[in-house]
Amino acid sequence: MTGLDLLFFLFQQMMYFSMPLLIVALGGLFSERSGVVNIALEGIMVMGALAGVLFIFYMQNYTEFAGHLLLLAAVLVAGLAGLVYSLFHAYAAIHLKADQVISGTALNLASTPFAIFVGRLATTKVIGRTVQQIPFKNQFRIASVPLLGDLPLLGPMFFKNTYITSYLCLLLLIVSWVLLYKTRFGLRLRACGEHPQAADSVGINVYKMRYAGVLISGILGGIGGLVLVIPTSTNFNATVGGYGFLALAVLIFGQWNPLKVFAAAIFFGFMKTISASSSSVLFLAKLPISSEVYKMVPYIATLIVLIFSSQSSSAPQAAGQPYDQGER
Amino acid sequence: MAIMAGFILGFLILLTVNYQQALAGILIIFKGGLNKGLAGMGQVLYYATPIIMTGLAVGFAFKTGLFNIGASGQFSIGAFAAVYVGVNLKGLPASIHWMVALLASLLAGAIWGFLPGFLKAVRNVNEVITSIMMNYISMSAVNMLVKATVYNKYKNESLPVMASANVPKWGLDKIFPYSSMNGGILIVLIFVVLVYVILEKTTFGYELKACGFNLDAGLYAGINAKRNIVYSMMISGALSGLGGGLLYLSGSGKYIKVIDLIANEGFDGISVALLGMSQPFGILAAGIFIAYIKVGGFNLQLLNYDQEIINIIIAAIIYFSAFALLFRTRLLNLFSGREKIVSEGFVEADLAESAENKIEEGIEK
Repeated sequence: MTGLDLLFFLFQQMMYFSMPLLIVALGGLFSERSGVVNIALEGIMVMGALAGVLFIFYMQNYTEFAGHLLLLAAVLVAGLAGLVYSLFHAYAAIHLKADQVISGTALNLASTPFAIFVGRLATTKVIGRTVQQIPFKNQFRIASVPLLGDLPLLGPMFFKNTYITSYLCLLLLIVSWVLLYKTRFGLRLRACGEHPQAADSVGINVYKMRYAGVLISGILGGIGGLVLVIPTSTNFNATVGGYGFLALAVLIFGQWNPLKVFAAAIFFGFMKTISASSSSVLFLAKLPISSEVYKMVPYIATLIVLIFSSQSSSAPQAAGQPYDQGER
Repeated sequence: MAIMAGFILGFLILLTVNYQQALAGILIIFKGGLNKGLAGMGQVLYYATPIIMTGLAVGFAFKTGLFNIGASGQFSIGAFAAVYVGVNLKGLPASIHWMVALLASLLAGAIWGFLPGFLKAVRNVNEVITSIMMNYISMSAVNMLVKATVYNKYKNESLPVMASANVPKWGLDKIFPYSSMNGGILIVLIFVVLVYVILEKTTFGYELKACGFNLDAGLYAGINAKRNIVYSMMISGALSGLGGGLLYLSGSGKYIKVIDLIANEGFDGISVALLGMSQPFGILAAGIFIAYIKVGGFNLQLLNYDQEIINIIIAAIIYFSAFALLFRTRLLNLFSGREKIVSEGFVEADLAESAENKIEEGIEK
C-alpha cells in the first residue's frame, strides 16, 4: 500500500465511522435543544439497527427489490423504529415529568436484551440455527460513483468504496441546519430548550415542541444505528458498541451547534479509524503497541477533548428539566 | 406497581413467543431461586453479592447528585486487582491474603472512580460521559493487563487465584449446599450498614447529601462541594471495585475472560440502585430481588425460553418506576383535590415504604 492509497483507505474508513456519529449527535442536538436530555440514544440506535437489519434480512432474497432501494427502505424502517422507541422516552420525560436520565437508562438497558431476543427468534425461524447475530448480505457498497469517482484526489477520498447512506447523512446535516436556524419551527424548538416559560408565554406549545425534538432524535438515532452497522459489519450483534454515548460526547464537543458537531464527528471518526485499522495499516501494526491500546484511543481522546471543551459549555439552559406549566 | 407492570410485559412476551407455556414460564420466574430449595437460595445470594455492591456504588453516587454509570469499569478493574494479588502475592498468611486482595480491589475501584469525579469537580465535565468512556478504557485495559500478568492462554482467561486468596466460606456452604455460596454476602452486609451509617449518621454524609439535593444551598452553607464530588466518586468506585473482587475471589471457578464486553454487573447495579431508591437497605432488598428473578431466568431456559426476557422485564420495571412516583401522586391528587399540598409530603414517604414492601413480597413469592 503506498502512502496515497493509505490516505484514501483511512479516509474511506473514517466516513464509515463519522457519519453515524454525526447523525446520532444531530439527533441528540434536536432533543437537547428542545430541552430533553436524551441519554437513550444508544438504545435507540440498537433498535434502529435491529429493525433495519431485520428488514434487510427478510427482504434480501427478493431480487427485484435489491441494492440501494432495499437499503433506503431499510433506512426508513430504522428511522421508524427509532421514532417508536423514542416515544417511550418522550412520554416519560415530557408527559410524566420523569427523571430523564433514569428513563433513558431504562431504555438503554432494555434495548440489547430485546435485540438479542428478537435476533435469536428471527434466526431460529429463518436459518434454523439459534444465533443472536442477524446476518445480512452486504450488497450496498458503491465501488466508485460514476464520474465523480474518477476525479483526481477527491474521487478516491469521497466517492470510492462508499455507501449511499454517507451522502444521506450529509444531506440530513444540511436539512437539520436549515430546520434549526432558518425556520420558525427551529426557533421555537430552541426557545423551548433555553427558556420554556418564556416560550410558553408567547403561545408556543412547549410539550408539542419537546415531543418533536425527541421524536426527531429518535428518527436520526435509529437511522444512525443502521448506518453504523451496514458498512462496518456483515451481521448485527445486538450492540452498537457505545456509539450512542460517543455521539453524546460529540454533541458536547460540538457545543450543540450542527456545523461544529460535524467537525467533532469527523475528529472522532478519525480516532475510531486509527483504532479499528491499527492491524491492517502496516506502520501502525509494526509499532510495539498492543491492539488493546489502540482500542482505548477513541475513548481516551474523548476524555481529553471533553476536559478542554466542557468548561465553556453552551448547553441549552433548560435541558434536563421537566417543564411544568404551573411553575410559570 | 412498577414491578407488576414489568411482569405483565414479561408475560405478554412469553405469550407471543409460545402461548402454551407462558403460564408455566411466568411461574418459573416467580419461583425464581426457590425452585431448588436452599441450594437455589444460595445461588441467589451468590448472584446478589456483586450486584448489591455495584448497586450501593451507584446509589451512593445518586445520593450525592452524581450518576455513576461507570460502575462496570470500576468493577472490572477491581476484579483484576483482586485476581492479580490473589495469583501473584505469595508468602502471606492465609487469613490475611484474601483481605489484602479485597483491599486491592477496593483501591483500584477508588482510583478508577477518582478520575470522573476529579474532572467533574475541576473542569465541569459531565460524569456520565466520562465514566462511560472509563468503562471502555477499563475493558481494554483489563484485557491487556490480564494478558500481560495473569494470563491462562489455553483458556483465554485469568489464572486461578491461590486458595488462600478466596473469601472464606464461614460455614455458609454447609447451610446452602450445592451452591456457589461464600462469605462474600456477609461482607456485603457489613458494607450496606457502613454506607447507611456514612450517609445517615455522619456530618460527611450529610454534606454529601446536601450537595446532591441542592448544590447552591450546599455551597451557601459553606460545604466544599468540589472536594465532596471527588470523595463521593471515589467511595462509589471503591464499592464497585470491591464487588468485582468479591465475585472473582468467590472460589466458584469464575475467571476474568479476555473478551470485548463491558461487565454486566455494573449495569445491573444501576437497576438495583434505582429499584432500591438509593437507600442502602432498599438496595440490599432490590439486589436480592433481581438476583432472584435472574435465577428464575436461568430456569426459564428449560422451557426453551430465552433468558434475555428477564433483562427486558428488569428494564421495564426500571422504566415504569421512573414515573411511578409521579403517577401515584397524581392519582392521589385527583381524589384529594384541594388537600393535595398537605398530602404530598406523606405520599412520598409512604411510597418508599410500599416499594420496599413490594420487593419483599416479590422475594416471598
